[in-house]
Amino acid sequence: MTTPRLQLSGITKRYPGVVANSNVSLSVAPGEVHAVLGENGAGKSTLMKIIYGSVKPDEGSVMFNGRPVHIRNPQEARALGISMVFQHFSLFDTITVAENVWLGLDKSLTLAEVKASISAKAAEYGLDIDPARPVHTLSVGEMQRVEIIRALLTNPQLLILDEPTSVLTPQAVERLFVVLRKLASEGCSILYISHKLHEIRELCNACTVLRGGQVTGVCDPRQESNASLSRLMIGAEPPALAERAQNPGADVLQVQGLTLASDDPFGTHLADIALTVRAGEVVGIAGVSGNGQGELLYALSGEDRRAPAGSIRVLGKDAARMGPGRRRALGLHFVPEERLGRGAVPTLSLSQNLLLSRRDAVGAGGWLRLGALKAQAEDIIARYRVKANGPDAAAKSLSGGNLQKFIVGREIEAKPKLLIVSQPTWGVDVGASAQIRGEILKLRDAGCAVLVVSEELDELFEISDRLHVIAKGRLSPSVDRVDATVERIGEWMSGLWGTGAQQPSEESAHAAA
Amino acid sequence: MLRLEVRPQPSRRWGYASPLLALAITVVIGVILFAVLGKDPVRGLQVFFWEPIKSTYALSELMVKATPLLIIALGLAVCFRSNVWNIGAEGQYLIGAIFAAGVALTADKTTGGWIVPAIIAAGVVGGMVWAGITALLRDRFNANEILVSLMLVYVAVQVLNYLVYGPWKDPGGYNFPQTKTFEAVTQIPRLVPGSRLNIGLLLALAGVAAVWVFLFRTYSGFAQQVGGLAPAAARYAGFSSRKALWIALLTSGGMAGMAGALEVAGPIGQLTPYVPAGYGFAAIIVAFVGRLHPVGIVFSAILMSMFYIGGELAQSRLGLPKSITGVFQGLLLFALLACDTLIAYRLVWKK
Repeated sequence: MTTPRLQLSGITKRYPGVVANSNVSLSVAPGEVHAVLGENGAGKSTLMKIIYGSVKPDEGSVMFNGRPVHIRNPQEARALGISMVFQHFSLFDTITVAENVWLGLDKSLTLAEVKASISAKAAEYGLDIDPARPVHTLSVGEMQRVEIIRALLTNPQLLILDEPTSVLTPQAVERLFVVLRKLASEGCSILYISHKLHEIRELCNACTVLRGGQVTGVCDPRQESNASLSRLMIGAEPPALAERAQNPGADVLQVQGLTLASDDPFGTHLADIALTVRAGEVVGIAGVSGNGQGELLYALSGEDRRAPAGSIRVLGKDAARMGPGRRRALGLHFVPEERLGRGAVPTLSLSQNLLLSRRDAVGAGGWLRLGALKAQAEDIIARYRVKANGPDAAAKSLSGGNLQKFIVGREIEAKPKLLIVSQPTWGVDVGASAQIRGEILKLRDAGCAVLVVSEELDELFEISDRLHVIAKGRLSPSVDRVDATVERIGEWMSGLWGTGAQQPSEESAHAAA
Repeated sequence: MLRLEVRPQPSRRWGYASPLLALAITVVIGVILFAVLGKDPVRGLQVFFWEPIKSTYALSELMVKATPLLIIALGLAVCFRSNVWNIGAEGQYLIGAIFAAGVALTADKTTGGWIVPAIIAAGVVGGMVWAGITALLRDRFNANEILVSLMLVYVAVQVLNYLVYGPWKDPGGYNFPQTKTFEAVTQIPRLVPGSRLNIGLLLALAGVAAVWVFLFRTYSGFAQQVGGLAPAAARYAGFSSRKALWIALLTSGGMAGMAGALEVAGPIGQLTPYVPAGYGFAAIIVAFVGRLHPVGIVFSAILMSMFYIGGELAQSRLGLPKSITGVFQGLLLFALLACDTLIAYRLVWKK
């Protein structure tokens, strides 16, 4: 057997109050695509930071190519041949691709040389990119390519990728996999961090599963099923969603002719968006991030009040110019994508955070009834099984999934007539995701109109009754979920739905009515 | 080697302990400073920390100085908690004093007691007007409120100088740059005969209660602070950032103006070029040392007042320059900022 490229043994890392990694061992062979699978908070990120040198383990040893190493910082990691592509890109918007790459490199090279080597690497791996383009003109997929090229320019022997597909279209994921397989065939080892089971089964030839900071399994993902992997990951299979019965009612949200220039210089302009959501149905909007989702949601929630008069109607009332508070009074509740800082104030307690969108505990004269507020928060914590240190816990002390459960609970308990949810399960672990989706469907069955914007196609196919796709600020016609395929939606995600796309009959009938 | 390590959660205990440690560090540096200057450190500390509290009269003088600091800092706490950085309270205080003096100067022998509330109200309006300029420029043109409010301090000083050297100069004042002494009826009512302590202290304490209730028990107080803690969350909730800006600046401006009115119609009794005593700037330190919390500000205002009185005493008793007050104020703020690191971090010993 060959010397492993990377071997971790007995890695333990304790943080005050939590053991992030406990006696973790991991071995990656040369040319292996090794998945690290686990829920959020399972210790994946800490482990990667240890390998990349930004965190020091308390116990355990790291061997690279058979030699024991103490990696003290990312520079040393790169010198050894370890590169990492982070989930959140570190690119400057206002300068070009080449300049961005240049910034991270040895200064002995000239910009022209950097451009040439980018083009060479890009050609070698089929990563189509123009080094002279400013970064803000790139799509998210292209930005990721820049990050990958930047990593490849150091000729790594081990490439770490942290949740690389969360921002990609299915087609772009396929292209990424081609690149990764080529890299692996040349002997580069890849550590692939993800919680998406089907990707791991498709791409990887080894898998280490973490749960609660411990290794719960090492397997060959090609021999496993989604069910067996998720059992290793969460200790149980995710609960299946109940079969749906469709009976949509009256129009709740009507959007017509919503054209809006973005006030962000790098934003997307919305062009003639038309959309209807009826009581008792879930409408999904798919699309690669940065195609106008943010702008559309700002306009729908009332955080942006510049929409043309009459373009947004909630229960027949023109809401285009109303602020968020008045829209809430109409029954429109919204769960934003960013939980900390937008959906919740990080430093305030959970009960105080209720006040952002709920006024039930506000008494006469604006007096706060703290007891009622606390009881309400306790109720949501219990009902939505939020893991938190009580209603006084600061929002930022919760994990992403638990905070999302709390925020979703806060909006659902407000008994909305229209719920708009952005990225309901982004960065949320499997168990909590299933729970959140279940709550959304329950709300729909109770007759609420629901609009879900998500980048995860699986999720949209699972919970939507109808689907739209947003691309470059334009919204596709809707398609019933039963008629939608991943291929078709994927094609639409690049903006190719054409003008002759067939309107679903019930929608046109509805519009005529 | 000593290293800083992030705490899993900010320490509540250090939130309280940090100002105390900062005070201790200030005292230690003060002792060293006295020693280096060739003064007896014990005597120095006595001047700063014992003399101001050793008798009822000293205590009342302590409160006379603490009152304006407390009133201004309360307003600033509301302002800073809303993420609005008004550092021009000194200017708002001055304009408040000028407006109040304008009303006080209209009084004559026949004026009734109604003049006192009118003076205080004029001070509040003056401070609001001055802070309102900052709010307007920020609201309409997105001008930086830190710069605008600070610059307006110097404009306010010139307005004061113009008035006392020009139109408002006392004709019988031997050409000194000051207004005539206000009529006795304009004097802010004193609490205890024989001391300079006046009802300003009661207004300040009422302010403590009012600000506490506003910040922690009302919906509008909550909305006000969300904009400071997480602007995107305030936008999501639908809390208007413009409204928060105006409330913040008008509150802090109004309170600074009220402090100016109480001072000019209280202990000073006339308008002179020496009205600006730096209370508006010292109140920024008071607000932060008091953790932007109304109750904490009560303690920090008293402490800062000690430094003022200590500085004056150091001048007469120890022969030190009065600017020693500023040195102590600055030391305290720096020490506090340094100690606050311990709220989010802890020191660990690592090889």
